[in-house]
Amino acid sequence: MLDLIIIGSGPAGLSAAIYGIRANLDVLVIEKDYEGTGQIALSSKVDNYLGLPGLDGYSMGEKFREHAVSFGVNFLEATVTEISQDEKDNHWIVKTASGEVKESKALIYATGAVHRHLGVPGEKTFDAKGVSYCATCDGAFYRGKTTAVVGGGDTALDDALYLSGLCEKVYLIHRRDAFRAAEITVNRVKEKENIELVLNSQVEEILGDERVNAVRLVGGRTLDINGIFIAAGSVPVTGVLDGVVELNPAGYIVADETGVTNKPGFFAAGDVRTKELRQVVTAVSDGANAATSAAHYIEKTFG
Amino acid sequence: MAEVILNKDNFEEEVLKSDKPVIVDFWAEWCGPCKKLGPIIAQIAEEKADSVKVCKLNVDAEMAIATKYNIQSIPTVILFKNGMAESTSVGLKSKDELISYFGI
Repeated sequence: MLDLIIIGSGPAGLSAAIYGIRANLDVLVIEKDYEGTGQIALSSKVDNYLGLPGLDGYSMGEKFREHAVSFGVNFLEATVTEISQDEKDNHWIVKTASGEVKESKALIYATGAVHRHLGVPGEKTFDAKGVSYCATCDGAFYRGKTTAVVGGGDTALDDALYLSGLCEKVYLIHRRDAFRAAEITVNRVKEKENIELVLNSQVEEILGDERVNAVRLVGGRTLDINGIFIAAGSVPVTGVLDGVVELNPAGYIVADETGVTNKPGFFAAGDVRTKELRQVVTAVSDGANAATSAAHYIEKTFG
Repeated sequence: MAEVILNKDNFEEEVLKSDKPVIVDFWAEWCGPCKKLGPIIAQIAEEKADSVKVCKLNVDAEMAIATKYNIQSIPTVILFKNGMAESTSVGLKSKDELISYFGI
């Protein structure tokens, strides 16, 4: 039996792995992507992580992974389909889609979150035909064109800034009148002449023929656009956790910064747990905390 | 077998006139998920060399071809059979997902 299984290989999972190894635990990281680094690979630029200013998200993720690999962390590429707890000694049993079974004394769940869909008509129809969830990936297809960004957090505003350098015009559609993004980013957005703020507005439908050509807002206003980038929050990846551990109504694992959940030996780290600020820096710190909690738990429970 | 690097001069010969099915990975340097997909595509090229030809097309260098195939999001992987684009996968996928999606 392993000491610690970590599910997820984003910043939280990789950080937990390093702390786990340093606590002399036998650690396995299970990841769904080949050599994964989590959502951070999608970010154009990360300006708020100490010591690595302005690095692109892909490179940051690779640095994190190299660090974990250099510590001898073992990885398994697999999709987790079932998690259960042994009734006798409370150890954890993880089953994968390929039928593998891995068992450990403690488990850290760090699968993060994925982008939220708006759930409006046209969003699915025009997916990859003008609807995008990754401005860095797809922005270049809209050089000199008009686009819209939907959302009000850091990702949405960073996307709008990135696109403003490529596109003739960028609409930033947000359902409130104030942004959640960092003040410095908000100010930068407001200074851009080719970003038009469309506040207190919600998307009703994404329109087009072969590809997107407009977006209609609730209330009837229609904006002519060539593409729409959706950055309206995220949803936690907790599909296999029903009945396993306590989740809040939005699906996040209920846990504080120690990572401790309502189940002994099950710890949560990163974007997947209940918290205020979902960023690389908080994910990394969650990983450290959860691994430390797990090490204490293993020592106390299994000796 | 290593992937074939495509450009406007060899696209027709390597893809459209190929006897074997061809998968083309549309990617770019600026795209994180594309770079994550790169090694997965390389593995498919290695493991499925008998049944499929695997090619890469950098959309930054060859935007005209990307436009012709209506690429608006990357990574996009297209399976070509007898010169026709037969099925399309968008976004970062695992090796198993791609192999089963394309039936290769």
